[in-house]
Amino acid sequence: MNTGHKDIAGTGPVLAKFNMDEILNCMHCGFCLPACPTYAQTGLETYSPRGRIALMKGVASGQLPVDAEFEHNMNACLGCRACETACPAGVPYGGLLETAREVVQDHHHADGKPSAVRSLVFRHLFPYPKRVKRLGTLLWSAQALGLQKLASRTGLIRVLPGPMAEMQQAVSRVASPWKRSKRQTVMPAETPNTMTVGLFTGCLMDILFYETNEATARLLTKAGCDVVFIKDQGCCGAMHAHSGEMAGAKELAKANIEAFERSGVDYLVNNAGGCGAALKEYGHWFRGDPAWEERANRFALANRDASEILVELPPLSFTKPFPARVTYQDSCHLAHGQGIRTQPRELLRSIPGLDLIEMRQADSCCGSAGTYNLTQYEMSMQILDGKMVHAEATQARIIVTSNPGCLLQMKQGIIRAGLEDRMEAVHIMDLLNRAL
Amino acid sequence: MITPEIRSKLVSISGESWVRDTPNELYAYSYDATPMFQSMPEAVVHPANTGEVSEILRLADEHRIPVIPRGSGTNLAASTIPVEGGIVLNLNRLNQIHEIDVKNMTATVGPGVITADFHQAVESLGLFYPPDPGSMRISTLGGNVAQCAGGMRGLKYGVTKDYVMGLEYVLPSGEIMRCGGKNVKDVAGYDLTRLLVGSEGTLAVITEITLKLIPLPESKRTLVAYFTNLVDAARTVENVIASRIIPATMEFMDQGTMQVVDDFAKLGLPLHMKSMLLIEQDGPEELVRRDIARIAEIAALNGAASVEIAATPEEGAKLLTARRAALSALSRLKPTTIMEDATVPRSRLADIVAEVERVAVKYGLQICTFGHAGDGNLHPTCMTDERNPEEIARVELAFEEIFRASISFGGTITGEHGVGLAKMKYLHLKTGEAGIELMQRIKEAFDPHQIMNPGKIFARSERRRLVVKR
Repeated sequence: MNTGHKDIAGTGPVLAKFNMDEILNCMHCGFCLPACPTYAQTGLETYSPRGRIALMKGVASGQLPVDAEFEHNMNACLGCRACETACPAGVPYGGLLETAREVVQDHHHADGKPSAVRSLVFRHLFPYPKRVKRLGTLLWSAQALGLQKLASRTGLIRVLPGPMAEMQQAVSRVASPWKRSKRQTVMPAETPNTMTVGLFTGCLMDILFYETNEATARLLTKAGCDVVFIKDQGCCGAMHAHSGEMAGAKELAKANIEAFERSGVDYLVNNAGGCGAALKEYGHWFRGDPAWEERANRFALANRDASEILVELPPLSFTKPFPARVTYQDSCHLAHGQGIRTQPRELLRSIPGLDLIEMRQADSCCGSAGTYNLTQYEMSMQILDGKMVHAEATQARIIVTSNPGCLLQMKQGIIRAGLEDRMEAVHIMDLLNRAL
Repeated sequence: MITPEIRSKLVSISGESWVRDTPNELYAYSYDATPMFQSMPEAVVHPANTGEVSEILRLADEHRIPVIPRGSGTNLAASTIPVEGGIVLNLNRLNQIHEIDVKNMTATVGPGVITADFHQAVESLGLFYPPDPGSMRISTLGGNVAQCAGGMRGLKYGVTKDYVMGLEYVLPSGEIMRCGGKNVKDVAGYDLTRLLVGSEGTLAVITEITLKLIPLPESKRTLVAYFTNLVDAARTVENVIASRIIPATMEFMDQGTMQVVDDFAKLGLPLHMKSMLLIEQDGPEELVRRDIARIAEIAALNGAASVEIAATPEEGAKLLTARRAALSALSRLKPTTIMEDATVPRSRLADIVAEVERVAVKYGLQICTFGHAGDGNLHPTCMTDERNPEEIARVELAFEEIFRASISFGGTITGEHGVGLAKMKYLHLKTGEAGIELMQRIKEAFDPHQIMNPGKIFARSERRRLVVKR
């Protein structure tokens, strides 16, 4: 030990926010490395789950500062949680990452310089369902008036940052405000009623993929559920939690828990893997909070992914054959976050005539990962292009996903790979609905 | 010390993006898979080819900068900890399979090829490369060669050293050398190939490997036997082999290990049992069927409470995959998991298992045991907490007793993980002081300025286990 190197053991206070036991559970065996999409791209330890946990340990024990480099290290993670599936030690990586990003945000707040865009999005948009709806109306107007195309044609679109300009091509037509205003609060079961479920419509999901929510509700009624569109439910808070805005996430969670309790439904069903994983984690978010922990746990237990509940309900009766070659791209937060892999595949196989072809590494992230494709555009596109090679190899006509972010990303992947004439990306609920 | 001038030379050799030295990049290469060892390098360099390796070594040698070759950092003896600073030489980019020579049944690869990827590549051609260390899904062949990795098929097929036929390596002077080749018979001079295998990066940097391949066995079957104690399992192993049956794999797990593995892999193991054996045989179908039936009989005769034969190859593979995760799964129990790999001739298996139990009780420690029963290579693993120095001191004492016991049974201090930093204190038990001195003289011939992975294998002084420094 006389090599002249400075001792780095325990030079500062342990950051109380981190659960040191969870960090120490990582015994750095490296089993997570082959599962990590960013490690596969870079081959660098700092881009691996093991590396990130080590850096968290460094920060938690005061060996490393919370600085711009640490922030970059944490933001370069997709948060896909494929490493959790691979981890024999059961390290709860998703939660550790959320804590690390929270620590970064706390640091920014202490500096007094939260970014204006962040503040706008997280504090003034998502917490207000009405504002999100207004954004939807705005988007519909732009599309209806041809502004989106006009902007593309005139090059005006270039005022948007590069990633957003490219991403907007993948956005499909949103539902009109008139159509949205016609939604009933309850859709009655079409077969003998088995239960009453609430449909968690989400925030962006209900704007960009309104029809998918409608399709989900329709499928549930066919399977014997009364479907309630619960009043006052809003954003799940996943984006906040993944970005280190834990306080904001909890406020949203409280509103959803209260809305659920008032509604009296048996289950709350969602069709977005990312939201679903967050909804099921509310119990974890409120751990140690006497006023909310139990309510959050009850809420979490009542949540189901649409595929998860549909395989348990009486089977849907498909009346006509639907001959199509289809491949399924797992949603990370559905597969790795909720352990739901077989149910969507089972539903797809139940469609007569449908040919399900597995693509290589179907459960590896597509690079969408919440806002990752905007904030880490280049890495996201590298991962997407790799994904499209596997998708194309299946010669499938349809890529099925079960999360809005993945769906947008796959649509963009199809455009990037020049496969628009041969391939489309479809949400599983829309596909099931089409096949009915 | 890496001065700005040396740094810019490194950049001119490998390019700016392949010389990494921000604080967090250095921190991410300060550890490997060994618990409680950490030390900061001064730079991490990712060369693209042998030429770059040669230039980097010449530069490092000239300035007496330590060089630590590294693959995926999965080793378990702290062999890749940059304990004296210097350059971590990451060889992951040398990851091409250059050739699979079906006529000679050899393959020539870069050291950065992932072991499991290589398995897949050769098996698709009906060929077989048996060494399968637990970390094979991410470990590199270069790392396997440097540590002489073993695995679950050691009993029947041997370990990495039995498959390395030739090497290209670079001396600290920058000279690019070759030894061995594709010849089955080759006695031209000292067998430097064998010397470099398991040298833990202390002699030279391996830049190309020629490996022996064998035909892929046409079928395999897996059997599981559960026991109400440990000794019956050990006796079963001895008696299977005494009956002239050499299974491909004979893995042992005790109750504690079974519990965590089941927790991870959801296998539905009977957790009230005290131990289990996982036995796989491969070969022509007829022979496999006969051997497995015979092994089932022997297990029953030796007191197995139940014996199950896996219905499908997939079911067997699932069991073996779960067993591979045993070490990492054990870390569910306590924050720190310290594993050793004391190894004995297999006739002494029951003795060492009993000794581990005795030592655990004596020092009041939780030690689970699993491992490659067929080749006497056990992994007694202690679940502890690195934040408790008093308990860590007891762990040290307990393992020392286990090492001494295995030596007294005619065994060794490490079967497949290597000496590195973790076991150098005990090396003399196996080799004697004279053996260590001779090895040091060999090292001097390769590496006169002591830049190759310095501070490993040979203890300079008594070291505590915890070495955390920058």
